[in-house]
Amino acid sequence: MAWVWFHRFGSPPYFYRLAGRLTPWFAWPAALLGFGGLIGGLVLAPPDYQQHDGFRIIYVHAPAAWLSLMVYVVMASSAAVGLIWRMTVAYAVAGSCAVIGASFTALALVTGMLYGRPMWGTYWEWDPRLTSELLLLFLYLGYIGLRSAIDDLGRADRGVVDVPIIHFSVTWWNSLHQAATVMKFGRPTMPASMLVPLLLMLAAFTAYFVALLLVRARGELLRRERAARWVAEALAATPAGQG
Amino acid sequence: MLKFLEMGGYARYVWPCYLLTALVVGLNVRWARASLRAAQAAARRRLASKATP
Repeated sequence: MAWVWFHRFGSPPYFYRLAGRLTPWFAWPAALLGFGGLIGGLVLAPPDYQQHDGFRIIYVHAPAAWLSLMVYVVMASSAAVGLIWRMTVAYAVAGSCAVIGASFTALALVTGMLYGRPMWGTYWEWDPRLTSELLLLFLYLGYIGLRSAIDDLGRADRGVVDVPIIHFSVTWWNSLHQAATVMKFGRPTMPASMLVPLLLMLAAFTAYFVALLLVRARGELLRRERAARWVAEALAATPAGQG
Repeated sequence: MLKFLEMGGYARYVWPCYLLTALVVGLNVRWARASLRAAQAAARRRLASKATP
């Protein structure tokens, strides 16, 4: 019974239609949550007693860092699902993650440097967290490079799938590590006026990522399944320039 | 308002972070849409060329 949804979800035409319908349900909440988080973080939250107004960087830095890791976990697990069950939808999802992940990892690094300069007195420190984030960026870039270097998507999938799997354990450890620091913000010492905007921003970025992923995965599916019969039907259902 | 923009002296660290975030968020929306549109256009062209031999 539980496998029914799995098979349905794995069907490209079903996923293509569902993803199109679901996109606004993630995009609009993301915009609203992000707006609330910005007001809360920039205006309503009081300045930190140690970091003063500089702490407000956290409202963009932490969500970017969170996405950099979450996108990686999604990319690696969907690549693994694609490999094990030979599922086109899973490959399309994995392929859609790379650019999003790379850009948010770069953003996390740069905002982290701008945060580190006033707080620690240095832009960069070879500390494990920063170093692993930099490695993550190289990993994403390597994945993008491999994908664009191999023309045949099927071969690219099989070759590229190793990269996430090899690093799966590392990332898993990393994401737990990062989640722990998110939990740390939840200490009672962080007042709700600071914590709530942070949680809003984290939720906003997560919903935003899902919306991006749905849009990109549809494009990837069309590219992979161009010879399939459903493509003609799906395109006939949406007039040019829409959906 | 000016006091808000000064960010307690941290303006040169805080605002670039927010600007860069807005840039990355905006670009990703653009790239995702462009990627889907390009795939749809390519699929349409393929279908059209098949329909008219």
